[in-house]
Amino acid sequence: MHKRDSRGNGDKPQNRVKVLLRLWKYLMGQKWGLLLAFVLTLSSNLFALVGPMLSGLAIDAIGVTPGEVQFGRVGLFCLLMAGFYVASAVLQYALAVLMIQISQRIVYRMRQDIFDRLVELPVRFFDNHQIGDIISRFAYDVDTVNASLSNDLLQVSASVITVVGSFVMMLLISPWLLLVFGITIPSSILLTRYMTKRTRPLFRKRSAKLGELNGFVEEVISGYKTTKAYHQEDTMTARFDVRNTEAVDAYYNADYYGSMVGPSVNCVNNLSLALVSVFGAILYIGGHLTLGNLSSFVLYSRKFSGPINEVANILSELQSACAAAERIFRLMDEPPEAADAPDAVALDKVRGEVEMRHVTFGYDPQKTVISDLCLTAKPGKLIAIVGPTGAGKTTIVNLLMRFYDPQSGEILIDGRDIRSYTRKSLRKAYAMVLQDTWLFHGTIFENIAYGKKDATREEVEQAAKAAMLHEYIMTLPKGYDTLLSENGTNISQGQKQLLTIARAMLLDAHMLILDEATSNVDTRTELAIQAAMRTLMAGKTCFVIAHRLSTIRNADTILVIQGNAISEQGTHEELLALDGIYAGLYRAQFQ
Amino acid sequence: MRRILGYLRPRVLRMTVGLFIKFVGTIMDLFLPWILALIVDTVAPTGNIPAILWWGFAMVVCSAIAAAGNIIANRMASRVARDAVQAIRHDLFAKISSLSCRQVDAFTIPSLESRMTTDTYNVHQMIGMMQRLGVRAPILLIGGILLTLTLDPILTLTMVCILPLLGILVWRVSVRGIPLFRKLQRSVDGMVRTVRENITGIRVTKALSKTAYEKERFAEANSTVVQSEKQAGITMALTNPMMNLLLNLGLTLVILVGAFRVNSGLSQPGVLIAFLSYFTIILNAMMSITRMFMLYTKGSASAGRISEVLDAPEELTAQPGDGAEEEAHVRFSDVCFSYHGREDNLHQISFSLKRGETLGVIGATGSGKSTLVKLLLRLYDPKCGNIVIGGRDVRTIPPEELYPMFGVVFQDDMLFADTIANNIDFGRGLSREQIRRAAEYAQAWSFIEALEDGLDHMLTAKGTNLSGGQRQRVLIARALAACPDVLILDDSSSALDYKTDAALRAAIAAHLPHVTTVVVAQRVSAILHADHILVLDHGRELGYGTHAELLETCPSYREISESQMGGGAVAQAG
Repeated sequence: MHKRDSRGNGDKPQNRVKVLLRLWKYLMGQKWGLLLAFVLTLSSNLFALVGPMLSGLAIDAIGVTPGEVQFGRVGLFCLLMAGFYVASAVLQYALAVLMIQISQRIVYRMRQDIFDRLVELPVRFFDNHQIGDIISRFAYDVDTVNASLSNDLLQVSASVITVVGSFVMMLLISPWLLLVFGITIPSSILLTRYMTKRTRPLFRKRSAKLGELNGFVEEVISGYKTTKAYHQEDTMTARFDVRNTEAVDAYYNADYYGSMVGPSVNCVNNLSLALVSVFGAILYIGGHLTLGNLSSFVLYSRKFSGPINEVANILSELQSACAAAERIFRLMDEPPEAADAPDAVALDKVRGEVEMRHVTFGYDPQKTVISDLCLTAKPGKLIAIVGPTGAGKTTIVNLLMRFYDPQSGEILIDGRDIRSYTRKSLRKAYAMVLQDTWLFHGTIFENIAYGKKDATREEVEQAAKAAMLHEYIMTLPKGYDTLLSENGTNISQGQKQLLTIARAMLLDAHMLILDEATSNVDTRTELAIQAAMRTLMAGKTCFVIAHRLSTIRNADTILVIQGNAISEQGTHEELLALDGIYAGLYRAQFQ
Repeated sequence: MRRILGYLRPRVLRMTVGLFIKFVGTIMDLFLPWILALIVDTVAPTGNIPAILWWGFAMVVCSAIAAAGNIIANRMASRVARDAVQAIRHDLFAKISSLSCRQVDAFTIPSLESRMTTDTYNVHQMIGMMQRLGVRAPILLIGGILLTLTLDPILTLTMVCILPLLGILVWRVSVRGIPLFRKLQRSVDGMVRTVRENITGIRVTKALSKTAYEKERFAEANSTVVQSEKQAGITMALTNPMMNLLLNLGLTLVILVGAFRVNSGLSQPGVLIAFLSYFTIILNAMMSITRMFMLYTKGSASAGRISEVLDAPEELTAQPGDGAEEEAHVRFSDVCFSYHGREDNLHQISFSLKRGETLGVIGATGSGKSTLVKLLLRLYDPKCGNIVIGGRDVRTIPPEELYPMFGVVFQDDMLFADTIANNIDFGRGLSREQIRRAAEYAQAWSFIEALEDGLDHMLTAKGTNLSGGQRQRVLIARALAACPDVLILDDSSSALDYKTDAALRAAIAAHLPHVTTVVVAQRVSAILHADHILVLDHGRELGYGTHAELLETCPSYREISESQMGGGAVAQAG
């Protein structure tokens, strides 16, 4: 599935115009700020443009012969120059600050948009993508776009104005001399266009390779204990080196062509300077130009080509920004979980009757994990699901919670297809404790209260007591306010599970899913929390997946799943009497 | 920073050549205004048009050389940056792999990740740009000033007196900027952590409909990053306008002074024009320096974070010491350990295993079972007491000898996005036959065989395309594959059903009779047959003996056993 995605979506370049258009939309979100920035840029550059004009006038006032300097005029022009430069600097600073504000606002919006989409994506996406690659989009790709927005945008817009301004000034001084640029500007443009075309795929590859590298790093660093225990640091480093080489090579290749742009455009500009000098000199000889005019013209032509130079230089940055933006937008374009049916109703007043009818499902449609599964859970009953590993027990949880939808068949709650309920209300109807515990960077209190808005301290403590955690928590220096860092060493796997059980206890759900919920909890503790578990389970339809058959002995129905389908069904006693798979599994624990 | 610059040292020669080529190219750039001045001041008044054309041709040649030189030099710079960053990343990765667990706990995984990725990226940009602009800009600056000296030293001095002010400006801003960029990188760590948590916990957030809440939580992390970035950016933003202003005021001063000098016949207006032209070059050079300086500030904050990891002391190195022959293969003597140096997480633990024996460890959640395993593996060193394998203290065994002795499955172990065979092999170069046999012993062969491409089946990251039980069996196969001396299974059969678990134990007993095994388990049935059973509670030994002995002597063990297996089982086992 993932492979198909990446072929259909990953490698195919997006339309650049579309990418730019979407970036443009982000910019338009700040249109007033940008307008102000534009005005500031305009004035700051106009001020800066006045400078050479004034200096030209000053030089003319100096004249060519000694002793004829008009000091009054020179002084006046110099004073004016100083004034303009100060004003220009103030505007420049104001502009820079404004641009930072704007670009940061855009970046904020952009990250928020990626994240908002990310959390709306179906579970399938997360099962198929590397964390590091996704993170790379939040960090590196957004950063790249940001660098472009905050530096380049400013420079480009400033450049455009300087270019236009200089052009006008030069036109005023000598339209003939301006003809020189008729040769050099088109060649600059052609050159740049050619280079852009050439470097585009290279920059795209650079972004992608960096994402891959990050994906690998994330994978290996989170498994560092395993690497250590097998003393495979060198193997991992060698594998890392392969990706590292790919990433730096991709970077280099983009640079290899990217670094040509600047000097080439600079060269064209130098050529135009040469032409200006030669023709300027000839025009001066012909008496069409004063020396001051020539001086101003040269200055303006420098000003004119300077930004073009700059633009050419930052063009590679713009290219990499485009490639990064593409990756960002591709994530934003991932289809979210399908919307609820238009006539979907909220699932409230749950009785808790769950029925699966001829459900067939496979993560890959070609490989069925569950086929033609039928089961009925009456309200308030305890359904235990057992079976050999890999038989698809956890898949049932995925289907009940609608993390995945079955390929065929239907699942009903209280007689209605679950697809006719809103997802939110459906999921809220369950309390769920999974084998893979999940805690976040926050206090113990926040982690327990996670599922219940405005849970009181008392409720949380109650839940913790029921989960046999209270005593332990109180031994911590900060008690319930202890911060759980991501790999808090002082909390064991089993305690993590107890925390998630405490979390589930605070939920007000009518159905319960326990997927190996106590697999890492020792049996004594498990026994101790049993009373609480019974309260938790009371009156709820419960689905329990467990290996410890002792914990499910008193289930109302035990389903034995093997080979994609239910092979046995009944109570503990019935199944023992049947002397089939279940009886075998049960006896195995005493061998 | 010095540490990072050290990576450039072996590449000094290449950098010097690149620098020289760049130098030539840049000098050519500088010749242009000089020729211009020549044309305007000397050649044009003579009216000699062929001479003007010659000089114009010279300008074209200079431009061409400048372009070629700059391109070559830029590419060389890119190569230097590539090689240096490759080496930095390699070393950083190798270093992270060799950090002790305590150090990893202190750095935290998300922070190590972002040092490995965004920080090395910042350094890459810095090294690349510094070479490109770092040569060109100062040359343009100094060359520009030198050339103006030949035109009119007094005017040059007028302009140069601005430079100290610029120096102070740059220094002040940089002193304030670096800590701000460090803060920024820290806030990026926080954002990365939030994203990571959301990816790993997607099922929970969806189940609890906490999507909106998580968006808010992310918004908080996001705005912290944005705030820090704004702060750093605004601080740095002062440089450019201030620089422009100072230089432009210098220019104004030059014209004023120039007016007096022309008036007294000491200078010509043509010189002034050329001066202004150089001045634009100088100004552009200063702008480049500003950009470089921004990159440097950001890069040096990142370089600092990288160096922090690279300079972390080597922990848990092998200490000198001799072994002694002893009967025990694995022995703990009065071992104490504490994670945070407050209360002991393990206290006075002792046991002794002969070769081929099995130790079962059982105990309440949080009683220190996994900690014991980590100490045996020397992921941490004990506070007191000794851990001895084959007569040698584990602290005296070098890692390349110590770790190949073990086969381990952790509680939350890792599978990588690779084939099943490679996941079992894990870089040890095992034969196909060894891998297949290990898979058989680990009861994984049946499901692997059923896969279309068998051992070559690709796993997704973290093995999400396998069920929990299948994952565990692949991991166990990994542990068994190299026929270890010591096998450690940390609650690693929790997702196996009883039948598979029993078959696994039988296979190990039959095929690996000499392996000394430490099994951490919740279920009595998994350790029932162990030669020794250690019952832990709050890091202390509650009982030690065989199953039968403990049923007699250890009430809490009896309680666990009865709760799991019923009275009948106890009788059966007894």
